[in-house]
Amino acid sequence: MKDTNKRYWKGLEELRNDENFVKNANSEFAQNAPDSSNYDSLVDGMGTHRRDFLKVLGFGMAAVSLAACETPVKKAIPYLNKPEGEYPTIANWYASTYAEGGDYASVLVKTREGRPIKIEPNTLSGISKGVSGRVHASLLSLYDVEKLKGPRKGEDTKVSWEQVDKEIMSQLAQVATSGTPIRLVSSSVVSPSTKAVISDFIAKYPTTQHIQYDANSASALLDANSTSFGKAAIPAYDFSKAKTIVGIDADFLGSWLAPEMFSMQYAETRRLSSAKDGKRDMSRHYQFETILSLTGSNADYRSAVKPSQIGLVATTLYNKVASKMGAQTISAPALTIPELDKAAADLIASKGESLVVCGVNDPAVQTIVNSLNSLLGSYGSTINLGASMNIRQGSDKAMNGFIDELKGNKLGAVLFLDANPVYNHPRGAEIAEALPKVSLSISFSDRADETGSLVKYICPSSHYLESWGDAEPISGFYSLTQPTISLIYNTRQAQASLLTWAGKNADYHEYVKAFWRSNIYTQGAGGNFENFWIKALHDGVFEPGKGTTTSGGSFTGDVAGAAASIAKTYKATSSAIELALYEKVGMGTGHLANNPWLQEMPEPVTKACWDNYASLSKQTAAELGVEQGDVVKVDLKGKSVDLPVIVQPGQAIGTVAVAIGYGREKAGKSADGVGKNVFPMASFANGYLSFLPGEVSVSKTGDFKEIAQTQTHDTVMGRESVLQETVLAAYKKDTMAGRFVPKIETSEGPKEATDISLWNGHKYPNHSWGMVIDLNTCTGCSACVVACQSENNVAVVGRQEVINRREMHWIRIDRYYSSESVDSTAGLEKASENPEVTFQPLMCQHCNNAPCETVCPVLATTHSSEGLNQMTYNRCVGTRYCANNCPYKVRRFNWFKYFDNENFDYHFNNDLGKMVINPEVTVRSRGVIEKCSMCVQRIQEGKLTARKERRRPQDGEIVTACAQTCPTNAITFGDMNDPESAISKILEVEREGRAFHMLEEINVRPQVSYLTKVRNKEAAAQNTEA
Amino acid sequence: MHVTSSVRPPLITGGKTYADVTEDICRQVEGKPTKEWKIAFTISVIVLAYGTACLFWTWWEGLGVWGLNKTVGWAWDITNFVWWVGIGHAGTLISAILLLFRQKWRTSINRAAEAMTIFAVLCAASFILMHMGRPWLAYWALPLPNAFGSLWVNFNSPLVWDVFAISTYFSVSLVFWYIGLIPDLATIRDRAQNKVSRYIYGTLAMGWNGSAKTWARYEYISLILAGLSTPLVLSVHTIVSMDFATSVIPGWHTTIFPPYFVAGAIFSGFAMVQNLMLITRVVYRLEDYITLEHIESMNKVITLTGSIVGVAYLTEFFIAWYSGVEYESYAFINRATGPYWWAYWTMMTCNVISPQLFWSRSIRRSVTWTFFISVIVNIGMWFERFVIIVTSLHRDYLPSSWAMFSPTMYDIGDYIFSFGFFFTLFLLFSKYLPVINMAEVKSVIRSSSEKLPAKVAGVAKGERVANPTFNKDAE
Repeated sequence: MKDTNKRYWKGLEELRNDENFVKNANSEFAQNAPDSSNYDSLVDGMGTHRRDFLKVLGFGMAAVSLAACETPVKKAIPYLNKPEGEYPTIANWYASTYAEGGDYASVLVKTREGRPIKIEPNTLSGISKGVSGRVHASLLSLYDVEKLKGPRKGEDTKVSWEQVDKEIMSQLAQVATSGTPIRLVSSSVVSPSTKAVISDFIAKYPTTQHIQYDANSASALLDANSTSFGKAAIPAYDFSKAKTIVGIDADFLGSWLAPEMFSMQYAETRRLSSAKDGKRDMSRHYQFETILSLTGSNADYRSAVKPSQIGLVATTLYNKVASKMGAQTISAPALTIPELDKAAADLIASKGESLVVCGVNDPAVQTIVNSLNSLLGSYGSTINLGASMNIRQGSDKAMNGFIDELKGNKLGAVLFLDANPVYNHPRGAEIAEALPKVSLSISFSDRADETGSLVKYICPSSHYLESWGDAEPISGFYSLTQPTISLIYNTRQAQASLLTWAGKNADYHEYVKAFWRSNIYTQGAGGNFENFWIKALHDGVFEPGKGTTTSGGSFTGDVAGAAASIAKTYKATSSAIELALYEKVGMGTGHLANNPWLQEMPEPVTKACWDNYASLSKQTAAELGVEQGDVVKVDLKGKSVDLPVIVQPGQAIGTVAVAIGYGREKAGKSADGVGKNVFPMASFANGYLSFLPGEVSVSKTGDFKEIAQTQTHDTVMGRESVLQETVLAAYKKDTMAGRFVPKIETSEGPKEATDISLWNGHKYPNHSWGMVIDLNTCTGCSACVVACQSENNVAVVGRQEVINRREMHWIRIDRYYSSESVDSTAGLEKASENPEVTFQPLMCQHCNNAPCETVCPVLATTHSSEGLNQMTYNRCVGTRYCANNCPYKVRRFNWFKYFDNENFDYHFNNDLGKMVINPEVTVRSRGVIEKCSMCVQRIQEGKLTARKERRRPQDGEIVTACAQTCPTNAITFGDMNDPESAISKILEVEREGRAFHMLEEINVRPQVSYLTKVRNKEAAAQNTEA
Repeated sequence: MHVTSSVRPPLITGGKTYADVTEDICRQVEGKPTKEWKIAFTISVIVLAYGTACLFWTWWEGLGVWGLNKTVGWAWDITNFVWWVGIGHAGTLISAILLLFRQKWRTSINRAAEAMTIFAVLCAASFILMHMGRPWLAYWALPLPNAFGSLWVNFNSPLVWDVFAISTYFSVSLVFWYIGLIPDLATIRDRAQNKVSRYIYGTLAMGWNGSAKTWARYEYISLILAGLSTPLVLSVHTIVSMDFATSVIPGWHTTIFPPYFVAGAIFSGFAMVQNLMLITRVVYRLEDYITLEHIESMNKVITLTGSIVGVAYLTEFFIAWYSGVEYESYAFINRATGPYWWAYWTMMTCNVISPQLFWSRSIRRSVTWTFFISVIVNIGMWFERFVIIVTSLHRDYLPSSWAMFSPTMYDIGDYIFSFGFFFTLFLLFSKYLPVINMAEVKSVIRSSSEKLPAKVAGVAKGERVANPTFNKDAE
């Protein structure tokens, strides 16, 4: 023990005292590190620019292997020439735009070692805040192995681009010279430069006509606006200015037009503060709808109406408002719904700050709604006619015209751009039949989908993360799309193909730049174009439309004519069962169906995933003698589908609702055969696509199919320490209204539960990370669920495992319906027929007195000095004791090995799919517990950055994936030790107000607080629970 | 030397001599396996093979092959674990506590009961391994010096207490059993006809020579081990109960668990001893060693502990109501009326009602009834653990996470594995080792060779009668 100063040497060089070694011994970085090569510009023609995919593939693979717990590193290839701006382990962000399938989001793309790994909201955007689950999931589609790897002639013959171009151009020329029509069918094109490309194409082939259609159409709204205001456009809605909001079958928080944008605006009207002079007022929201939509779930007053009555909701409401305001009433059958009177009164009371929105694709109904909004003075305040929303431009009539032409064998060539009408158009079967007869048909689809497999040529367009592009979702708001990775497959973006065929320079990047130079730069950008361009690329957005005044218009529509049409179409009472088709929040219209993240995202209201189903109200299900899971045949005049039943409280009695977007046949292994395609059941009413196609017969087939739901118990069982809610009137009187403060009887009188403890508590000398979740602004949209899945490499487990109640999501959104009765246990267990709905996001609560920490035999879960409950995966032996003892049930066990496992054939099972893995987060091995870490990797990174800069981390600098993506800012994350942080400020005013800890009486002291849900209802209408 | 009053009923009937005892017990060890044994052993090995295949697949694929989920993290695994540990309680109770209380009747059954204990604890331990997500790292639960830095076990965790409790219990039981076996092994060694068995039994007998000194040491060590294991009888199941009692889950978090679990363990342990001994008794023709008196005594213990368990069930309900805790009240309402009501009422019927039948003397002394009720009690005690574990977990605090559990073929297969394992070991034991402690049984044979006159009847001959005739004779 005398001499412990043994000499250790790092290598033979040190032992030998090698001259070279001694010279460099003290320098931190080796001098002979690989030289960083210089690359002048993005496209220097060398084919070696900084986002070169292949070059970083090697490192990417290594990172994937490293990330996989206990897997040996197989391929570790260091950079030979390190790309400029690319540092291993350091992420880069690129601003870009997602504009597909009717969705728009301005995003930041996080890339690591050249591969995009996360989509984040672009905070510089004036119109898009937060990123929906679908946009998050679009990242995974980049790494979809089932995409086409190059152009195809027919479904199966591989060809080269040169060959394709040669053949197509000669055929197009032939068609054009013969004068036969060419049709370019697309979904709504939001990109102004793409429109220019299309014009160029039309200029070259003048028989071309561009047809836009939307799978979930707003064609009637466009046409109604055209007759009402002389402008066939969707105006920009601003819910944030509205005091009374009435939604008529418009799921504006879930699927109508631009739900993320509307959610942001809507939440502003629902945000409250218990501060002394805080905002104590909120909008009142009425919803009249058939299904219980996400929007309806958030409404203060919600009424279920049948599809055959929906038009009358508009006319009755119009008449009630008009009669009180002394305007001309219209003649239509009146509906007796008490909420209609209340809604009318509130609309009039908040005149000028009212908004009525309607999602029915019927121009007559839309005309009445326009007139009603006009009457209420909404135009110019909550609706801006001066700006148009370009995300829906499709015309149902034009599309029907195209199909007739196609069937009439009149077309020479058809091109499908971002369109799959064989699948998502009700007349898809007719297209499928007629399409093979067209001599030249081309699809730009990334796979041989339902339409693509029938065309002559598939020219796969690149994923948006590999592409250039731009978008103008609302007039005056521009954004850019830029590639964040080199092409993975031999694809070419559709614009480049069109340009090639139009005989132009196929460099779409240059094209967009030139287009912006001549059209957008000129809109008051000022300065040098190159600087403007670099700034626009950096910011992702350019918004000259910001700050322009809201303008109205004078209503010139034919109200009486519309009323007559409505009176003819709709009935006040109907006894038959009617079908309603709807779009799900996650799946949308199904264009991203082959996406395991989306398939596994629970639908916010039903909590079901991996399926569509026939929703029935409790009463209708009882009348039909069916229970949840019974397969029924829904027959609409001969068109029928067999679907399992889901019993849905809140749905209109005498209706059956089925979601579109399912039943893909040629999308890939995650999508094919999941659910049934109900687009063919949609109908056309006066040429407009109708998702309310009429009466159906529903009959039991005798089969049974269990529905995969992540939550199967619907009510909160009157547990006030779980869910605390109140009504606005009560809250105005007392900010503690609805709060449940448990007291424990002791010998010294009643004490607060948290005052009695066996625990010593923890000291957090530095940071104390926490979260506040506002139940009032959370709409339940579930964007956070997918964001978390993407950030934290959460495994997809598939339908059967969800049925087995083993989904792995680290954050879930509990959805509770109010109970039928509070008098008995049985009554508490049943949801009421038209329930109040509450959403409660739940992740690990990071308890200070954590029940999980004490029971782990091997100390695999411990407490950090910053308030985090930490999980050490490689120490876990998998007893699951912690999960059992978690009162919030947020811990997840790896029942199987979810990667490299044929039974879980999702993206973790192939090398390309694994490129999406976040290298900062371990991929968990079989047999260990995992759970929310409050994105500890982000906390660590933020702290390191701050330390490098010799400063404290600033509030807002570190943010969890869920908080970051929340479109309504319902989640606030931060350091509770920092008195200046947003979370501290909220807690300061809400501690004696709305803030509560879930299950306070068990004294686990979570780091996560909730703010009570406040409904803008009359106190009397509130049930006795509150 | 054991001297009993001649009016006491003999513990061993049939007027057995020392030679008879040796002969009766060693016959099974020395003879060829009987047909019954071969059949039973074959079945056990087949069951074990099937169970092993299930277990292999469980470990190969992961615990997902079971029916567990995010809400119910334990079900059959820990139910089986607690059940087997409970069964393992009878052995030590019989050999230690009854030894200290000088209950001589235990000598006929303690050997087999201890063997049962050891095998049951092994089965229980197999479920500890089985329920782990990564069983190959099970040694991390031991406080071993390691190269992982400062990693150590969590002494706050009841699972670590379990590891200590079970391993201590197992070691002490094993030593106790083995020490008790030594004189008998020596007997077999001395009688052995061939070199192999002489060598094997000789080695196992550890040089026992039957001198007064070895006997004295034998007595000392028995007493010391009895003293050591007496607290273990109480502590093991107390600690097992703390797996639940120290948690926050309504229905688990109760202070009544330790005594209630210990009583339940003895209850099920004795029932299992009854089952095993009744079969052994018939197959090995040991009716003179395991008499109706033995069966009756054990039935009395079953009734007592069963009643304690019944009172505990009712107390839980009372406390759930009296505490006014919303969650606990619901947990108990849900037990009795929720989706698992059938499990609860199975438990109540089997554990509370069935042992009360033993108040009837004729049932208590009926071999068939005893066997039947013992099976019922073991089913009931399995359900007790299932009810505690699954019905508490499946609906705890947040209704959003409420879920149902249903077993898969692997839950069942892995349980079957433990039966195969247990019976294979028990059958091997019953063939190759003396099932009754010859040395101790000899000590309770009446010391006098005097035979009572033929006319004497009644108690002295092992019959119980209302008016013993020998008293009249005395007059």
